[in-house]
Amino acid sequence: MQNKSLTLEWVSRHYDKIDPLSIDEYINAGGYESLKKALGMSGDAIISEVKASGLRGRGGAAFPTGLKLAGVKKSAGDIKYLICNADEGEPGNFKDRYQMEKDPHSMIEGMIIAAFAVGAAKGYIFIRGEYDRSIDTVKKALQQAREKGLLGENILGSGFSYDMEVLTGGGSYVCGEEFSLIECLEGKAGHSNYKPPFPTEQGLFGKPTLLSNVETFVNILLIMDKGAEEFSKTGTEGSKGTKMISLCGNVNRPGLYEVPYGVTIRDIIFELGGGVPEGRAIKMVQLGGESGPCIPESELDMPLDYKAMNEKGLSFGSGAVIVMDERIDILDILKKIAKFFLHESCGKCTPCRDGNPHVLILLKRFESGSATERDLAALTSLSDTMCLASTCGLGQAATTAIRSVMKYFPETFATVSDQ
Amino acid sequence: MQIDELIQKHGKAPEKLLSILLEFQKSNGDNSLSDDNIRAVAGAMELPVSRVCSVVEFYSLLSRKKRGKHIIQMCGDVPCYINGSVNLKEALEKELGIAFGETTDDGLFTLEYTSCLGYCEQSPAMRIDEDMYGRVTPDALPAILEKYRSL
Ligand SMILES: Cc1cc2nc3c(=O)[nH]c(=O)nc-3n(C[C@H](O)[C@H](O)[C@H](O)COP(=O)(O)O)c2cc1C
Ligand code: SF4
Ligand code: FES
Repeated sequence: MQNKSLTLEWVSRHYDKIDPLSIDEYINAGGYESLKKALGMSGDAIISEVKASGLRGRGGAAFPTGLKLAGVKKSAGDIKYLICNADEGEPGNFKDRYQMEKDPHSMIEGMIIAAFAVGAAKGYIFIRGEYDRSIDTVKKALQQAREKGLLGENILGSGFSYDMEVLTGGGSYVCGEEFSLIECLEGKAGHSNYKPPFPTEQGLFGKPTLLSNVETFVNILLIMDKGAEEFSKTGTEGSKGTKMISLCGNVNRPGLYEVPYGVTIRDIIFELGGGVPEGRAIKMVQLGGESGPCIPESELDMPLDYKAMNEKGLSFGSGAVIVMDERIDILDILKKIAKFFLHESCGKCTPCRDGNPHVLILLKRFESGSATERDLAALTSLSDTMCLASTCGLGQAATTAIRSVMKYFPETFATVSDQ
Repeated sequence: MQIDELIQKHGKAPEKLLSILLEFQKSNGDNSLSDDNIRAVAGAMELPVSRVCSVVEFYSLLSRKKRGKHIIQMCGDVPCYINGSVNLKEALEKELGIAFGETTDDGLFTLEYTSCLGYCEQSPAMRIDEDMYGRVTPDALPAILEKYRSL
């Protein structure tokens, strides 16, 4: 039996309950009421509310959303943009696809509220090119909102004008990274860049830009709906609200689960996911996706909590939980991960472009049993260097899995003598 | 579809370049963009040819190499891998008689690897043109492919 208190329906409250292609059903369920409320407030009051809620971005970096909104609001610019990051390329994640396919209007309403708060005039929803159904659903939902006067000139008579459109990606993981995404939106190859300046100051077309994840925008709507005080009662001290968890791998009931912060990884896998097929033992669990750390069974009682994880040097990114059972070979998995980063690197900076092929060469040496102490030292320093010196998050996180395996499964890297 | 029609639909703003290229490619029977196509897009959008080329080269959904009428993309990432994508890989190669990266002699199918398709809860996953398939077993493959053969 599923433990009731383990899950909540906030972000997912409309999933499979209303027709995603019917704006009327959404409105009948209370939709666009929060937008009306927001349009009667000042932008600063909305931002204060978001700050008070403790909301942190759901796209992976967990940056406080209220601060980001305030940053865009105070940046000078003749025009400001809003971008919804629906690129979802991190292996293991599918939560944003569910949101777009099952309830596009919550995301759209959250975006309009955020645009009003920061004073953005134009928005883009950047959806990965492979998500045909999401693209189609969101485009239709936008058209419906426009027909109801919820987008366009003088929204609901408030004097606020704002519109948005869908743009699609071309099949590139790095384009989920904010700078790369902006390059892609501008019609260029998606090479990343150093920060600062941050997109809040100089983003799309050099203008102040609010760039956030799909789930983050839905949470902004929930904060308007519930109020910051009520919102922040759920979760833990520093991790507020709920998180959408994409559970997959060797698990009986893979799928999307919405949980309040504070539940443990073990509960997610066993109570919600029904454990591992045929009662096999867990070898390791990768958190967040291919760019996240791998933890052993002994760490599964870790709560979903930024601080608790941070203290162990871990993070859960955008909420993927990938379960791997005893049959997997860790080096084989690490090689797969290394190939992913090798393929997806944009090639702009040396640590990532040249580092990834070397990682793969070294991993193959360990696999064949010919690696020496020097290879281990090389892999260690290369992993650290890539993490520290790469330009963007892709190269910085490419060796997170390897570094975590070195810590939790040191026996994986057995060496032979140098002679 | 002609480039003029695409410009009429999307406009000339540079942020439309990727959408235009994707749609242009789709309208070509061989799922690729020729050098002439690239020059035509650059001319119509008033962009340097090098810029358009860099975009075509960068994105994995775009190809300068001629491909088949239908593109089969099999996910090669970890969640699918640990749920048997290796078996699917072998079945695809056997069923089509080609290796990954190749196109069948009749020009119908091109077989490619892709990074995660966001269908990991239904792994192993693959995409044929715009259709997603989850939990694909080798046994189910012939019937799926037959649909495209008879299109
Ligand atoms: C390689 C890479 C890929 C990323 N992919 C995504 C993505 O698909 N979706 C997303 O929301 N954020 C992604 N991010 C994080 C974004 O850069 C950014 O932090 C996030 O979209 C901000 O939104 P938030 O504040 O709502 O979390 C990625 C980051 C990196 C380094
Ligand atoms: S870290 Fe990798 S993906 Fe990021 S800019 Fe450098 S080469 Fe490109
Ligand atoms: S890992 Fe295969 S679809 Fe996500």
